[in-house]
Amino acid sequence: MDAIILQILNGLDKGSAYALIALGLTLIFGTLGVVNFAHGALFMIGAFCAVTLNKILTISYITIDETRTDFLGNPLKVENTYIERWFGPEIGSAIIDWSVPLAILFSIPIMVAIGFIMERGLIKHFYRRDHADQILVTFGLAIVLQEIIKYFYGANPIPTPAPEVFRGSFDFGMLLGFDPNVIIYPYWRLVYFSFSALIIGAVFAFLQFTTFGMVVRAGMADRETVGLLGINIDRRFTIMFGIAAAVAGMAGVMYAPINSPNYHMGMDFLVLSFVVVVVGGMGSLPGAVLAGFLLGILESFASMNEVKTLLPGIDQIIIYLVAIIILLTRPRGLMGRKGVMEE
Amino acid sequence: MGILEVKGVNKRFGGLQALGDVNLSVAENTVHAIIGPNGAGKSTLLNCLVGKLIPDTGSVMFDGQSVLGRAPYEINQMGISRVFQTPEIFGDLSVMENMMIPCFAKRDGSFELNAIAAIASQRDVVEKAEQMLVDMNMIDKREMHAASMSRGDKRRLEIGMCLSQEPRLLLLDEPTAGMARADTNNTIDLLKQIKDERDITIAIIEHDMHVVFSLADRITVLAQGTPLVEDAPENIRGNPKVREAYLGESA
Amino acid sequence: MLGLNKRDTTLLIAVAILTLFAPFILNPFPEGSAMAQFNAGYPDLMQRFVIFGIFAVGFNILFGLTGYLSFGHAAFLGVGSYSAVWMFKLLSMNVLPAIILAVIVSGMFAVVIGYISLRRSGIYFSILTLAFAQMSFALAYSVLTPITNGETGLQVYNDDPQYLMGPDSPTATNLFGLEMRSTYTLDIGHWSFDFNAGYYMCALIMLIAVYLSIRIFRSPFGLMLKAVKSNQQRMNYTGLNTRPYTLAAFVISGMYAGLAGGLMASMDPLAGAERMQWTASGEVVLMTILGGAGTLIGPILGAGFIKYFENIFSKINDTVLHQWFAFLPDGLEDFMVFIVHPFIGKGWHLTLGLLFMMVVIFLPGGLVEGGQRISAWIRRRNTDDAEKANGKTKPAE
Repeated sequence: MDAIILQILNGLDKGSAYALIALGLTLIFGTLGVVNFAHGALFMIGAFCAVTLNKILTISYITIDETRTDFLGNPLKVENTYIERWFGPEIGSAIIDWSVPLAILFSIPIMVAIGFIMERGLIKHFYRRDHADQILVTFGLAIVLQEIIKYFYGANPIPTPAPEVFRGSFDFGMLLGFDPNVIIYPYWRLVYFSFSALIIGAVFAFLQFTTFGMVVRAGMADRETVGLLGINIDRRFTIMFGIAAAVAGMAGVMYAPINSPNYHMGMDFLVLSFVVVVVGGMGSLPGAVLAGFLLGILESFASMNEVKTLLPGIDQIIIYLVAIIILLTRPRGLMGRKGVMEE
Repeated sequence: MGILEVKGVNKRFGGLQALGDVNLSVAENTVHAIIGPNGAGKSTLLNCLVGKLIPDTGSVMFDGQSVLGRAPYEINQMGISRVFQTPEIFGDLSVMENMMIPCFAKRDGSFELNAIAAIASQRDVVEKAEQMLVDMNMIDKREMHAASMSRGDKRRLEIGMCLSQEPRLLLLDEPTAGMARADTNNTIDLLKQIKDERDITIAIIEHDMHVVFSLADRITVLAQGTPLVEDAPENIRGNPKVREAYLGESA
Repeated sequence: MLGLNKRDTTLLIAVAILTLFAPFILNPFPEGSAMAQFNAGYPDLMQRFVIFGIFAVGFNILFGLTGYLSFGHAAFLGVGSYSAVWMFKLLSMNVLPAIILAVIVSGMFAVVIGYISLRRSGIYFSILTLAFAQMSFALAYSVLTPITNGETGLQVYNDDPQYLMGPDSPTATNLFGLEMRSTYTLDIGHWSFDFNAGYYMCALIMLIAVYLSIRIFRSPFGLMLKAVKSNQQRMNYTGLNTRPYTLAAFVISGMYAGLAGGLMASMDPLAGAERMQWTASGEVVLMTILGGAGTLIGPILGAGFIKYFENIFSKINDTVLHQWFAFLPDGLEDFMVFIVHPFIGKGWHLTLGLLFMMVVIFLPGGLVEGGQRISAWIRRRNTDDAEKANGKTKPAE
């Protein structure tokens, strides 16, 4: 029992990332009808927003402390950050410590802007081209984006710590009445999960309860009719693209402490997220979320030692295997609607 | 016994009874028109004949064999060819290539791994396709990109492609829908010519009464998924039931 | 000739001449000169040209003709390489059995993957092939270590059985004694040209592969594949079963990929899992699109283009750039170097990505379409000039 709960918990953070990326992919696919292979790159750029903010906040100047000496006997050079100088040492270090959550605010305008530029500058010219062309051009864009990041940040992962209070783990098992030290769960993963739940909830609420969201949902169901009603669907869809980019970006920002960002993390997640979208059902938002969490948890179960000794290597392929089975038995995915992407 | 025998066919979509107990017999070498107001189930019936839909109950026999449960390509190989409402042709290919494909399908069946021989060396197919283009009066367009032709020409090509398979039954789904008057008349003339010159049975679904009465030997009127009446064209005109269900609508 | 029409024969002969004289054509600059860095006539690079040419030509049979975009074709390349290395380990270093087994095994693998993946089309097909390739990659890396030697990669060791190995059999890969690495270097003045046995074997096999691909393109089977791409609905209602046609195309192109993988292992008896990764699948897609999907010569051009510039761009560094822009005033020189710097050396992938986007956006037909547009433009200009010279224009028709 405890092992099962532990695996579910372990699956939640990866599942959250899958769900958030898949949600954005589905939004773009459902509204614009575009298969966006560059969506993983947006996730990656989000993670690098966290890295960048951290770097900006820790820009420092050097003072020489005459009272101390370094190991060579010279006066010690002390690095001081501007932030600390401006806000005082206490607040300043707190700001640096909280750079990852702060990066969310920092990332939203950046991601929305990137989303707008992408949609207006490139994607909109591909609405009428076939899916293969969309895949190819966004694939090219993904390469370009990740190479740009690699150029500026190098090829190595950049550790980006979570705020001090969320480092370390807590004993989740105690809460549920298990023995101590049975279910240990890092705080930040819990934060990540809650954060994704919040974002997913916000997106659904936005689509469900606002007029804007209603029009977008109507457009997802039947674009032509909504267009005939004289509603400017295109502009709303552009905004949806921005929102999808922001969702992917925020998912990336918060993921930075879990896995140190590197330039190819977007591609790694993209392949899996596409599988998630397909399993969930192309064009179904709840399907994307459900499949994201399901596959995340499934993956974590497959990496249990008991399972691995029984079926070696299953942890590596479980997601693909599930996708293949789903595609062959339920071509519309778990919650796919009829008539989406069917020839 | 007709070449096509439809017996007791029912088809429901959820709560909607699209076809209710349809019986239909198409006699060999006749033109049989199926008419009816919108939503009468004409297209559903057609889709049941070609394997796109499977009826809930009933039987569809072609030349003594059931077509039910067979894939569209198998039904086509039995001898039923279909012309679509919007012409379905191979838009990316040339007119000549369009015409050769059904000729290969007729000669080689549903699959043949003929990967090394050059097309040009398949004299029988090339000649047959060229002859059909001559018959369709399109030989001057043989190298044209099929997608760039007018709708009337696309229709003509599609009919030619169907004929080159030497089908025993040709199904036409509103062959003149969306056509200009001149193109419609050309298509009627073409179909008349086909009817006169070839041993072929034609079943036609049509909205345009002008087309129906110019071509049909028999007419079945479908209303709300059920055949209302089946008779010769001259009797259909005066039939009060038909007037009520169909012609009365527009009168 | 050989059952081809005149145009195709000319094309094949042109490809044959280019590959035959490649050691000269690719080394136009004398050794030691400033331009020598643009030479590409080294045996291993030339081998890569033709091997990736085979890979792309095969991919084109599937994607170019049927329009089914596979994102997992590198899996077949990897399977081919593993099979070939196993032949080296078990029999001898003769490449012939290795290549044959590579083609057979990858073909069988393609039957299985194709049979399942082709039950779906469009993006679902792309994702299924991607999933299969990633699975193969993950398995090759982990569980299948006894077969693939995991992260280290499969290679030939001294204690391998090698049952057909005689006491004086060569220990390098060879074709009945002719070692693949043996190279004859011809020095003429300052020029140096390498004639490598391995390259010529690969080139010969590529010519056969291209010849077969031309035959397929011109056959009734090829016509059916184009019909699949154009209109599957009409296909079905013309009595044609699309499934076996697409499966046959998939298996043929999988065998081409396996052949390329086998040749790669024959040139250098190694096989690693990274050869199967989806980025490697993406690369062959790039080559085909860049050259011109659905054209006969496009994929070879694309493969050559990408492999050539990958090699050249990776070698250019800032020193070289400074030489290039030396004619500019100092400030401008530094500025130009600054601008170009991100695109060279390790930035080659950035250039590649941009190039790829440009091609998809502006030139969907790839280099071949570009060439056609240019030649059409020149022809139009020439006729315009000729008409002007004659002082008359054609009467309106």
